[in-house]
Amino acid sequence: MTLKTEPFVLNVGPQHPSTHGVFRMRATLDGEVVVDIEPIFGYLHRGIEKLAEERTYTGVIPLTDRLDYLSSMANNLGYCLAVEKLAGIPVPERAQYIRVIMAELQRIASHLIAVGAFLNDCGAFMTPIVYMIREREKILDLFDMVCGQRLTYNYMRPGGVSQEIPDEFLPALDKFLKQMPGWIDEYDQLLKENEILLARSKGVGTLSQELAISISASGPVLRGSGIKWDIRRADPYSIYERFEFDIPTGTVGDCYDRYRVRVEEMRQSLRILEQARQQIPGGEFRSKVPHLIRPPVGETYAHIEAPKGELGFYLVSDNSIAPYRCHVRAPSLLNVTALRDLMIGWKIADLILIFGSMDICMGEIDR
Amino acid sequence: MMIFNPDPSSVRQMPTLAPDWPGGFWWHWLLFTVIIIAFVLLLVMGYIWLERRAMGRMQARLGPNRAGPFGLLQPVADALKVMLKEDIVPVNADKIVHLLAPIIAFAPVLIIFAVVPFANGALLADLNIGIVFVVAISSISTLGVFMAGWGSSNKYSLLGAMRNVASVVSYEIPVVLSIAGVVLITGSLSMNQIVLAQEIPFILLQPLGFLIFFIGGCAEINRSPFDLLEADSEIVAGFHTEYSGMKFAMFYLVEYAEALVISALITTLFLGGWRGPILPPWLWFLVKVMVVFFVMVWTRTTLPRVRIDQLMALAWKFLFPLALLNLFITGIEILAWPTAIAWLIPVNIAVMVILVLLWSKLFKLGWGRVEV
Repeated sequence: MTLKTEPFVLNVGPQHPSTHGVFRMRATLDGEVVVDIEPIFGYLHRGIEKLAEERTYTGVIPLTDRLDYLSSMANNLGYCLAVEKLAGIPVPERAQYIRVIMAELQRIASHLIAVGAFLNDCGAFMTPIVYMIREREKILDLFDMVCGQRLTYNYMRPGGVSQEIPDEFLPALDKFLKQMPGWIDEYDQLLKENEILLARSKGVGTLSQELAISISASGPVLRGSGIKWDIRRADPYSIYERFEFDIPTGTVGDCYDRYRVRVEEMRQSLRILEQARQQIPGGEFRSKVPHLIRPPVGETYAHIEAPKGELGFYLVSDNSIAPYRCHVRAPSLLNVTALRDLMIGWKIADLILIFGSMDICMGEIDR
Repeated sequence: MMIFNPDPSSVRQMPTLAPDWPGGFWWHWLLFTVIIIAFVLLLVMGYIWLERRAMGRMQARLGPNRAGPFGLLQPVADALKVMLKEDIVPVNADKIVHLLAPIIAFAPVLIIFAVVPFANGALLADLNIGIVFVVAISSISTLGVFMAGWGSSNKYSLLGAMRNVASVVSYEIPVVLSIAGVVLITGSLSMNQIVLAQEIPFILLQPLGFLIFFIGGCAEINRSPFDLLEADSEIVAGFHTEYSGMKFAMFYLVEYAEALVISALITTLFLGGWRGPILPPWLWFLVKVMVVFFVMVWTRTTLPRVRIDQLMALAWKFLFPLALLNLFITGIEILAWPTAIAWLIPVNIAVMVILVLLWSKLFKLGWGRVEV
């Protein structure tokens, strides 16, 4: 006799402890095994791209803060680069260095959350993420010093940054740079070679190179699959060609590789920060920019290596004070398209783990 | 080699049965029922406090420190809060099953303490089948958990309950086999006799058995890293997702009371129970129970969670063969050297290290996928 069975549809999210925001997955299960999965998003849509068309070029910057709210500085940088390219605004040396310092600090802060949340999804009850939030707090203190904000910074401007860094910032940065390598070693001691972590994440959710390229994945997700592609090297923006750093890559593209790539990237960011700290010159923090920027008619695309991948801004100008069109190429959105291929055939526990290893920010996906 | 007690003969001569209380058995019954309920409820509160404080320290934060000195009154505040909460029953829930589940899960935990000795002969009933009684009764809690998962009519609950049944059925076997090693040495199933037989605590004579019992016990009561049944990052809160108010509090109580049971069993079976110098026996018992629980908190803050197939593989491919080997070796040792016990300590520890290392080479957590 055969019993009648029907597919077990489990609705993971939008309110779920580990969907990192309001992501939703409709998973069809066979026992514990995922047979099919349908990612659903759009719960955080705020119409940022449309709102940008109503504001002045400078007024859009606070909106970019709300894209990937864990890396606002990088979003600011990407947008300001696009405006500068469109309007031909020069950037002083000192401002370039301040921007690089901020962007790299932001990368470390974002990766700390990514790695901590990944380990938390793995089931290490709160400990790793609490440690990493403790360190992220130090970076937020630094940001607080320069712009008075701790999450949505609104710090960079076309042609530089909004204000000079205070005197106490550089000594505080030195202190941070001295302490941070030890902290990264501490995380590695904690879980790097833990048998359970290896068993859970090695070989799980393998993203092949072909798939990674065909979905145009970027950032640590792409590099985890072993492809050496980093916008800072491939198409250097700002002053990145002056710094020495390596591009860490994984080998097979599983969850463990993506986690290791992020940890190694934190080390490389520290290297860049050390160099930028030593080379930072004096001078202006912002070039002379008119209050209302009116770029000539045209269009442009500027991209940066944001913590989560290639963040691009496509701007169209009709010679008015507001962009005619502002499109964001959000790395999280493109990375998330790989989910269905990665998750089918794994268990519910892996589903959460793979999702955590992609490091997705809903603010960026839904915009 | 006398670890705890300088003169074992003095212990053996002590009466192994409870002293004759005025009024006979019923006074004894009443007294111990009160003691057990007070002990379990108070110690569960202590456990909750210890877990939250210790976890706070390990996670570079403070933990609860507002209610009372060192936050000692936090469990009381929590209990008050939870009693005042609204009791929500889902519309589609099986009302009776939903209501009965927490009670069925909680009752066996109290019953188990009937055979756990707090001091020599200080136990509700010195059953001659004590340890078998424990094994039999402890499985009933699973029924309560499965009822909760089924009766809530929630998919997360059902998944959690399924995981719990799978893990309990698998881990019961290595756990019972590791207990069998202890019983072989003692020659008795009575919990009191097991403690009396431990001139050397059995953790030294049965190190492998202790390891298996500790891992298996943690898995059975779903302590981390085996807390799949309420894996908060995967299935929200597992079987008690739909529970609120006092019914949730009952499950919370069960979780810690089960941890208490396992610590008490480990103390009784492997750590010499109430035996120890200077301090009174009940205090020794308490201290050992707390130390065992602290190790559980420690692992919870440190280790990630295993996956369900890895959990099964660990039970059947790692713990089960080792438990069989342990039983086999113990049997041979008892046949060959019934008396020369102290001499076997280094041998047994060496055997444990070799076996575990050897088996670890053969068995990796991710090595074998067992379909559930």
